[in-house]
Amino acid sequence: MAHAATHDHHDDHHGAPSNFFVRWCMSTNHKDIGTLYLVFSLLMFFIGGSFAMVIRAELFKPGMQLVQPYFFNEMTTMHALVMIFGAVMPAFVGLGNWMIPLMIGAPDMALPRMNNLSFWILPFAFALLLSTLFLPGGGPAGGWTMYPPLSLQGESVAYVVFAVHLMGISSIMGAINIIATILNMRAPGMDLLKMPVFVWSWLITAFLLIAVMPVLAGAVTMLLTDKYFGTSFFNAAGGGDPVLFQHIFWFFGHPEVYIMILPAFGLVSEIIPTFARKPIFGYKAMVFAIASIAFLSFIVWAHHMFAVGLPLGGEIFFMYATMLIAVPTGVKVFNWVSTMWGGSMTFETPMLFAIAFVILFTIGGFSGLMLALAPADFQYHDSYFVVAHFHYVLVTGAIFAIIAATYYWLPKWTGHMYSETWGKIHFWNSVIWVNVLFFPQHFLGLAGMPRRIPDYNVAFANFNMISSIGGFLFGASQLIFVGVVIHCCFFSRKKAPDRVWEGAKGLEWTVPSPAPYHTFEVPPVIHDEELAHGHVED
Amino acid sequence: MTSGGIRPSGFKRAVTAALFALTMFGGVALANPQPGQLNMTRGASTWSPEAYFLNNVAFGVCVVIGILVFGAMFIAMFRFRKSRGAVAEKWSHNTTLEIVWTTIPVIILIVLAYLATGGLRTFADTTGSEMTVKVTGYQWKWRYDYVDYKGKAIEKVGFMSKLDRESDETRQLDSGLDPKSVQVDGYNTYLINVDKPLVVPVGTKIRFVITAGDVIHSWWVPALGWKMDAIPGIVNAAWTNITEPGVYRGQCAELCGQDHGFMPIVVKALPKAEFEKWLADQEAAATPPAPAAPASAPAPASTAAAPKTAAVDVPVSQGHQG
Repeated sequence: MAHAATHDHHDDHHGAPSNFFVRWCMSTNHKDIGTLYLVFSLLMFFIGGSFAMVIRAELFKPGMQLVQPYFFNEMTTMHALVMIFGAVMPAFVGLGNWMIPLMIGAPDMALPRMNNLSFWILPFAFALLLSTLFLPGGGPAGGWTMYPPLSLQGESVAYVVFAVHLMGISSIMGAINIIATILNMRAPGMDLLKMPVFVWSWLITAFLLIAVMPVLAGAVTMLLTDKYFGTSFFNAAGGGDPVLFQHIFWFFGHPEVYIMILPAFGLVSEIIPTFARKPIFGYKAMVFAIASIAFLSFIVWAHHMFAVGLPLGGEIFFMYATMLIAVPTGVKVFNWVSTMWGGSMTFETPMLFAIAFVILFTIGGFSGLMLALAPADFQYHDSYFVVAHFHYVLVTGAIFAIIAATYYWLPKWTGHMYSETWGKIHFWNSVIWVNVLFFPQHFLGLAGMPRRIPDYNVAFANFNMISSIGGFLFGASQLIFVGVVIHCCFFSRKKAPDRVWEGAKGLEWTVPSPAPYHTFEVPPVIHDEELAHGHVED
Repeated sequence: MTSGGIRPSGFKRAVTAALFALTMFGGVALANPQPGQLNMTRGASTWSPEAYFLNNVAFGVCVVIGILVFGAMFIAMFRFRKSRGAVAEKWSHNTTLEIVWTTIPVIILIVLAYLATGGLRTFADTTGSEMTVKVTGYQWKWRYDYVDYKGKAIEKVGFMSKLDRESDETRQLDSGLDPKSVQVDGYNTYLINVDKPLVVPVGTKIRFVITAGDVIHSWWVPALGWKMDAIPGIVNAAWTNITEPGVYRGQCAELCGQDHGFMPIVVKALPKAEFEKWLADQEAAATPPAPAAPASAPAPASTAAAPKTAAVDVPVSQGHQG
């Protein structure tokens, strides 16, 4: 009987459950969970973005016009936490969930129930985090880096720590799932060195996640015990050391920033060859560069701390190690350019975002190289120059890559084409306003404006106003994106073919559009010429 | 013709003036934030040009690489368009090229690392200083204690330094006051002025010992070329040697709570003689009229003359620490 009942549940292999609750809340399907991740990420992108709008509105002109300084600090803190843990990371997990099984010929993720759990933790984690804004004492206001002793002055420490623990558990489970899937569930013939670069980038990223999320959990747990249980890990008066926290935090924090960029490298390495109609240049070099960057990310953390008074030897070591990152990163950029060279390019929206990614991420890399030089960093550190730097690598880097990937695979997900016209309108608005938003911040930092301040001297007024205008328009431009996605999901009449893009290679284009609820229930027979790297020798 | 004759001299004069401004008055006029400022200040200390020079070299390197890489991309986007009939080639690697573009960045990095290491070593060397000032960060003000000057301990000269009243009133939410009207000598000092500046001499290697009383702050005056975190329980050391008299403004650079944006730093650099007079006045004001102080207190008038011999001892004793 039990067997018969089970069989009844599984007899329909082709459709999703019709009950909304069963389909979305109890799902173990990688595509549905991927969709949940992506929708959640988009929601968080707008919540975090609205915090950024408050920040840019207050900074529109000198003088305090809108909010109290403490609330401003809550906004800078929450903006970062929501964007990093709520928008960028879940978006990559969502893309990985959707695409990794399709790209390696697996029927689903290796651990489907854990997949459900790792997603459904997130809404609770963020409900907890965001609820602090409505509680007496307010939300966290000590910066996303949570440096003690300042972060311990807040009343929301317990909420934030618990929320971070939940996010960490979610990330670790997601990472385990991705590693298990990639290592165990590849279709026969999908050798490791024939995998798409995106799959490679996620495999390496997942190891980074498993390595560093527990470190963050340890750091915030020590904050919790310092605040409520009388320990003195970071309390100098009790024999502790506030700088210890910074070392632990950035041992997590620097790999964390690469967790947010390595999958973006992978995405762009899928998109550019497709629209250049030419195989990626130096496939093995690309994979090796990602692995090198991941390794280096563990030995550069103290470049976030050049101004804490490190000993000379420490400053020199971390400066040299940090500068080394420029080499593999440079290799990646040169390889993308070489992939374009000699191709036959068309410029659909995913390609436009991918090209903008290469150029603007490289600009963020340039300012990163400047920041690596410790004597110059004594000036740049904690100024708007840093703000400009990490927004170039995270917004025009990570988020542009996520948007590019969304346009790239949206027809595969929905079975319909998005509006190319509106996609291009979204692209041009985004790429122009994001530069109006962030480029002047380089000048502000060089002129001496510290970051995380709610008000500023009149000398900084012009560039702040330009930056705010860019910010409002960049924010508004993202509403176009939502419009394009909704139109594509529900209203588009234009059917997408299986192989959506002429130059697209890889297993995901061999399944129908929209991708059926279950794919590759029987492992596909892999023909090397179907793969982007099937015949590539280097 | 005439314009051609005038232009070179005009150009030359402009360059000379600019150089003059940078090297001479630059310390005063351009060391503080200017509207529309695009680049880092050269600063007004013996060390600050290190950061400025490194910034400019690194920026130049980035611009050259940027022109090459982005140039290649734009040429590719123009030449290899499908709409122009481009047919995709099949190649996907080129070992020679890959070796070249791995090696060249390494060479550039070695040059940059060499330049930066020099700047780090000089910055880390606080030996040979003739004066010590203790800087303590509090929420949300700074405290300055003068520890010694030319080998002689200074007693009782220390004070709090916080945001000036005019900026403080103007910065209140909906104060209705115009930040543009907060000025000193025609320079806008909104949020970068204090009630009592740190007064120091020029041409003197000054050691700062920097700490904090509550949370982490960071002491940053761009004209000096660096910032240093002020951390409770830790005493950090840094130094400066200001070349030009002037008023140099900075701000706290580490998030330290609600009024993080409102704890500026002002350093007033005076010629040595004027500084010594100022210091003597401060000591006199701090010392009760009846000399109740212990043996070490000579009359304030002798402070300016006495230290010559003591100054020699300081570098020697501190040299061992290095």
